[in-house]
Amino acid sequence: MKAVCFVKSVPDTETRVKLAGDRLDKSEIKYILNPYDEFAVEEAVRKKEAGIVDEIVVISMGPARAQEAIRSALAMGADRGVHIEDDALDGSDAYATAKVLVEAFKKEGGLDSFQLLLFGQRAIDGDTWTVPSMVAEMLGIPAVVGIVKLDIDGNKATAVRMVEGGEEVFEVELPAVFAGRKGLNEPRYPSLPNIMKAKRKPINKYSLADLGIDASTVGKAGSFTEVLKYELPPARQAGRKVEGEPEEVVEELIKFLKEEVQVL
Amino acid sequence: MIKNVDFMGLEEFLSEEEKIIRDTTRRFVENEVMPIIEDYYEKGEFPNELIKKIADLGLLGMTIPEEYGGAGASYFMYGLACQELEWCDSGLRSFVSVQNSLCMFPIYQYGSEEQKKKYLPGMARGEIIGCFGLTEPDAGSDPASMRTTAKKVKGGWVLNGNKTWITNSPIAHIAVVWARTEEGIRGFIVERGTEGFSTPEIKKKMSLRFSPTGEIVLEDCFVPDDNMLPGSVVGMKAPLSCLTRARYGIAWGAVGMAAYCFETALNYTKERIMFGKPIASFQLVQKDLADMFTEITKCQLLVYRLGRMFDEGKANHVHVSMAKRTCTMMAYNVAKKARELLGGNGISLEYHVIRHVMNAETTTTYEGTDKIHTLILGRYLTGMDAFR
Repeated sequence: MKAVCFVKSVPDTETRVKLAGDRLDKSEIKYILNPYDEFAVEEAVRKKEAGIVDEIVVISMGPARAQEAIRSALAMGADRGVHIEDDALDGSDAYATAKVLVEAFKKEGGLDSFQLLLFGQRAIDGDTWTVPSMVAEMLGIPAVVGIVKLDIDGNKATAVRMVEGGEEVFEVELPAVFAGRKGLNEPRYPSLPNIMKAKRKPINKYSLADLGIDASTVGKAGSFTEVLKYELPPARQAGRKVEGEPEEVVEELIKFLKEEVQVL
Repeated sequence: MIKNVDFMGLEEFLSEEEKIIRDTTRRFVENEVMPIIEDYYEKGEFPNELIKKIADLGLLGMTIPEEYGGAGASYFMYGLACQELEWCDSGLRSFVSVQNSLCMFPIYQYGSEEQKKKYLPGMARGEIIGCFGLTEPDAGSDPASMRTTAKKVKGGWVLNGNKTWITNSPIAHIAVVWARTEEGIRGFIVERGTEGFSTPEIKKKMSLRFSPTGEIVLEDCFVPDDNMLPGSVVGMKAPLSCLTRARYGIAWGAVGMAAYCFETALNYTKERIMFGKPIASFQLVQKDLADMFTEITKCQLLVYRLGRMFDEGKANHVHVSMAKRTCTMMAYNVAKKARELLGGNGISLEYHVIRHVMNAETTTTYEGTDKIHTLILGRYLTGMDAFR
């Protein structure tokens, strides 16, 4: 069977967020492959190594830098990439993004070709957690989000999700969407020889016109949500030191918890 | 071009693969080596289990073609990897440098087809570790004065002599040894287990403590004809070509060392409160930070251009001498300045800066001392040889 991994280029986890007015200052941001997507790619590669999957396609929507994220996934062992880039996509929310990913997926053969659709459960930038489920809904197939285990037997998959105090086990008929999280696997470091091989792996490029998508149905115009502005969280205020004899300190602390924090 | 220190925007000149190699190497050292290095450094040991991980990453035999188990990467990529490895530790980078530039390179460049097939794939997998025997107790900066001899006998050669300050010799499976024959200096591959071959470890080092260093003792050590490197022209050209590549990696590595120390000092001085405000707010501290940042940036530009020239075949050993000398001395100064800015914490292995300071004592000395590289530049400029 064939697998597709949907990936995103996101700011490095160590990025210190800076604002220019109420917009993000992206000038010094370094971008990486979304860490959660690495679980998806790693799982696909393991399924390929186990002889279950025979081709892994990586799809990403985004500006030129998205190609770097695709290349990273190819270096981990995926076979080829699909990059959707178009200025009109700027401002797309999760819904508009899912729509475009679905069209690109269909262009590559869609559900006739692919049985395994893998995502990271969330992207660490927008953090909406919604694109995997939206893609599944648009394609009319099941989705299991937040999996820590995935076994495939023929056209059936067993996926495990952690819930408070236990595990949730799903039996799903393929094709289906699975979104991975920490615990699913330990993503490999791409090796130098594989990075060199990734250079030669093909990446198909699509514009909106190639996918037959009307620009007014994506980007800001085609989105249900819009980011109005960004704000940094308020700076943490200095703490207060309670000093004195133990009896006095306890009394003052209780008073503080009762009156100011109001937790008692 | 190195994370958090790229004032001149060199990032935009890197290819996707170059970025992935750099970032992967950084993640590797952050996750696999930084958590353990203080302890190993203090004990003066190298964790053998790290070798397989380094090999799996493809860092051994980076520039060797795929048919011999290498990655077929460029020297620019090799430079980026050295930079990230030495961001972590000079000894770690030395381990990789020696295997790549001083062992796999001469076997690939000067070895017979049989030697390449016999050794290179195993070396790339980390199953065969190599070391490079050139320096002797009485032949350091002047290696051509070596006393180790190789005498032709029936079916092979008999080697006699002592090599010292040999990185990796205590853990090596093979040694590329340079010895004087009747015709001149030639290279030989000596396998561990050969009678008369031993590698006593050099203890009590206060620098490069993460890297095993030793001697190579050759006592009537017979090696068959098949173990001579047939492609090495008689003389110093072959061993020096290896050193050029290793020095190239050292120059890149020094930028990594300096970047680590600078980042640490910057973060520390912004958080350390004295006289009621961060010490980074004081003019003298800001001058130090500005100097460190500027010097690193200058060296980055140097190694960036050197790397591109190296791959285009335009760099020679004089370019490499300038870069090795300049970058290691820059890193030495930046590391010492960072040590000072960290105050008492600067001498603790926990902050890693003192480790870099101590390592810089070696990187400014080995593979051509600062003075020798200065004189190589002097000779290039004047046409007059000041050390002969």
